[in-house]
This record gives sequence, structure tokens and C-alpha cells, in this order.
Amino acid sequence: MNWNFIIFSLVKIAIVIGVVQGMVAYAVLAERKVSAWIQDRVGPNRCAPPFAKYIPVVGPALIRLGIFQPLADGLKFVLKEDFTPAGVRKVYFWLAPAIAVIPSMLVVAVIPFGSQLGHQQMVISDLNVGILYTFGIVSLGVYGIVLAGYAANSKYPFLGGIRSSAQMISYEIAMGMSVIPVLLIAGNLNLSRIIGWQAQHGWLVLYAPVSFFIFLVASFAETNRLPFDFPEAEQELVGGYHTEYSSMKFALFFLGEYSNMIASAAMMVTLFFGGWTLPFWGLDHPAATLGAGLAQILIFLVKMLLFMLLFIWVRWMWPRFRYDQLMHLGWQRFVPLALLNILVTAVVLWMRVK
Amino acid sequence: MIVNRKPLTIWERLYLPAIAGGFKVTARHLFRSLFGGKTVTMEYPEQKWAVPTDYRGAPYLVRDQDGHTKCVSCQLCEFICPPKAIKIIPPGPAGPLADRPNAEKMPLEFEINMLRCIYCGFCQEVCPEEAIFLLKDYSLTGLSREEMIYNKEKLLALGGVHGGIQKWKHKLEEAKGQGSFPVKL
Repeated sequence: MNWNFIIFSLVKIAIVIGVVQGMVAYAVLAERKVSAWIQDRVGPNRCAPPFAKYIPVVGPALIRLGIFQPLADGLKFVLKEDFTPAGVRKVYFWLAPAIAVIPSMLVVAVIPFGSQLGHQQMVISDLNVGILYTFGIVSLGVYGIVLAGYAANSKYPFLGGIRSSAQMISYEIAMGMSVIPVLLIAGNLNLSRIIGWQAQHGWLVLYAPVSFFIFLVASFAETNRLPFDFPEAEQELVGGYHTEYSSMKFALFFLGEYSNMIASAAMMVTLFFGGWTLPFWGLDHPAATLGAGLAQILIFLVKMLLFMLLFIWVRWMWPRFRYDQLMHLGWQRFVPLALLNILVTAVVLWMRVK
Repeated sequence: MIVNRKPLTIWERLYLPAIAGGFKVTARHLFRSLFGGKTVTMEYPEQKWAVPTDYRGAPYLVRDQDGHTKCVSCQLCEFICPPKAIKIIPPGPAGPLADRPNAEKMPLEFEINMLRCIYCGFCQEVCPEEAIFLLKDYSLTGLSREEMIYNKEKLLALGGVHGGIQKWKHKLEEAKGQGSFPVKL
């Protein structure tokens, strides 16, 4: 434990958290813009600080794209009244937003977002049980929602909380089992090593497409996105688990939800799409130069953004499932499929060893 | 009527055709509005809608073809006005005369509180002089409540000229022909 390690870790943590928060803000903007375009609308295109229109050339285009909207949104959340309704269970009411945010931030810690810059590995913690850690932390995320639903002491949030606990626990099983073939093939739990394996043998989505499919669908359910957004089904539950929340506490739930999206996008990129590698131009080896290191971080971000776009796109494409359909799909389709997937992968690997 | 629902084939039950269809439709709309500029949004302050001809907008006072105030301060609109938005101060016995021939009076002050107005159009209907009309303005804004009380000058300026009938003109001509002038020339 030397000072070098501590300082570099702190710097990495600060940068990663900063980037994730920024991405959350702009994911919200992207959500609004993409939804607008899909619905033949324009989306936020007015909000701008007074100096924005004097930016040469790109200024008006930036305003039109709503680049400054997240700043206004953030400011609005900060300035709103933080109201605690009478009759809520105060301790849990204050605890729940924090519990909703923290796990999704913690997951990012083990994800390698680049190979190396200089001698620094571009991962906050190169944990040798990376995947297990991720699943352990992700399953904590449900407590934020359940606690919020319980603490609000109001029936709609409570229903939202109950739904989310059932949904997230069900899909976590399918999700966890969908990753097992990946581990069998790559033979390692360390995410950096899994990326290394993929650099050598090709992306894991080619070896385990069924795993990827189940993981993708389960991560939609885990992040409470449509078509599985039962915990906050507005038409059925008013606002869902965060009905009683306002101001920054509400913003924290939002932050948690979108960080979750970012974390699952990052997980999918890492597990199935080769992380920071590209199979050509020699980008599949840890970078020797600073430029290559930055390029690999960029590759990772681009892959992640594509998945974010998929998350957003899907939300504006499909209607919500019915609750029994969700459970049916989770338990009677994905769990057996995941089990079969494990079995087939194991048998094939066993045959090849023999 | 009984609609026979065909059982879904295995291919359809996989949701995959529906998923592909969803992607196709949404992608088409996304690219159309992103690159083709085909959005349904009317961007309001820059683009404005065509106001229908029989639209009831804000009530304003109008002048006749000769630029005279048509209102004779009869106060019928003030009495009919359901939200009591109109306030008229008549000139009184010693007040100024009308600025047009053959009319006895014109209001000393005429105020419409646009925050109270409900755009019902009763004032227009009741006006015997066709002096007040609901025109096509629909977006009245101001920074204070006082600013939203429109006085006579403002109402006349906004109302403009309304070239309709001039009902006292014939009376005036008749009177001229007979050589007697009832009020003033």
C-alpha cells in the first residue's frame, strides 16, 4: 500500500464518478431527444445560458440539440423544495435514495474501461472475483426501491416496491445463470482476464449468443426499463416507488436508475463485446502508447453508448408487459433456457477437452 | 360479431417478428424527424397557427372609417360582462363631447382587465354601436397585473379601424337635408 497507489486510485475514482454522472445527465437528454424523434417531435431545443448564442458556428446547433438542458434540469432539482410528507418512515425515507444510487456506482469500480495509460491500469479495482462482486452489488439495488416503497407509507409506492422486489429477484436468477457459460468458456472471473481472453479468441457474443440474449433481456428488467418498468408504471401506480419523493431525493432515484443502465451497458460490453478491444489495428493488446490507451477508452465508451442507445430506443418501441407475462417469461422461459444453455456449453467444452 | 383469432405460430410466439417490426417503425420515424425534418411540432413563438375566421380573441375598441371613436359610453357591455372585466367612466354632464358628429358621448375612460376577461363575446353582441369586437389576439402577456388592465388609448390602438356600418351617418344626412342639427356637426 504505497502513496502512489492511493493517489492514482483516488484520481481514477473521481474521474469515473464524474464521467458516470455526466453520462447520466446526458443520457436523460438523449432519452428525451430520441423519444422526441421517434414520436415525430423536436424535443428540448430552447434551453441555453445567455452566452450560448455567441458561440461561433456551433452555438445555435448546440442550443437546438438541447446540450444545455441537463444543466437546467440539475439546477431545477437542486432548487426545488425537498418535501418530506407526514407519516413516512423517516429513517428509511432518507436512506432509500442513497441505497438506490450507491450500488450502481460501486459496480463501475470493477469494470475495465481501458487497457492502460502509462503504467496505470484503467480499472479502479482489478478484482479477481469481478463478476461475483458485480452480482452481489447489483442485487443490493433492489433494497433502495423496496425501502422507498415501504418508507413512503402510501399504497402506490408500496405496490411499486413489491413489484420491483419480485421482478428484480426473478430476473437476477436468469441473469446470473446466463453468465455461467461465459465463465465456463473464458475460465476466469476477473473481468480484465475475460477481456484478454476475448482479445485472443474473439468476442464472447459469438460463443454464447444465448447467454447474451438472456443477459440483455434480464438487464432491461434489472434496470426497470420498458418493457419491464413495473415498479414505476405511471398509468397503474401513479409514479411508482418514488411517488412521494421530491427534489434531490427524487433526482437520486433518477441518478441510480440511469447509472444502473450505464453499469449494465458496461457489463455487456465487457462480458460479450470485448470491452476496450477492437479486433483490428492492433487495438486488442494493452496499449503501449498514450494515444492507443486513450483510443481504447474511447472504443469502450462508444460501445457503451451504443448499448445505452439500445436501452433508450427500446423504451420508445414497445408497450409494457403484463405482470403475469413478466413472471411467465422470467421463470418459465429464461430460467430453463439459461439452465439448458449452461448444460449445452458444459457438454461441448467437455467434449472438446476429451 | 365473433372475430376468429388465429393461434400464433411458433415463429410469431418468439416475439421476434414483432420486435423487428418495432425496430423498423421506430427507426423510420427517428430518421425521418432527425434528417428529413418532418416533425409535427409547431415551434410556437416563431411559427404561429392560422387563427380561424370566427375566433374569439381579446376584445378591443375600434374606430370607424373616419378615425372616430365608435363607443358612445352606453355601458351595456359593462353591465353584461360576466366576469366584470370592463370598467367605463362616462364623461358626465360637463365632460368632453364625442369626437364624431351626431353622437352624444364617448367614454372618458374605458378599461378592460384582460386577466378577468373570459372571451365570451357578450360585449360584442350587446354593443349597439358595433364599437367593440373580439379580435384575433390570443396571447396577452404582461409583467404585472396593472399592465394587463388595458385603457382606452391602448384598446383603440389595438382595435384599429373597423369599416362597418356608420349608423348615425344616415341620420346626420337626413338632418342636414332638413336643415336641423340634433346634436352637433
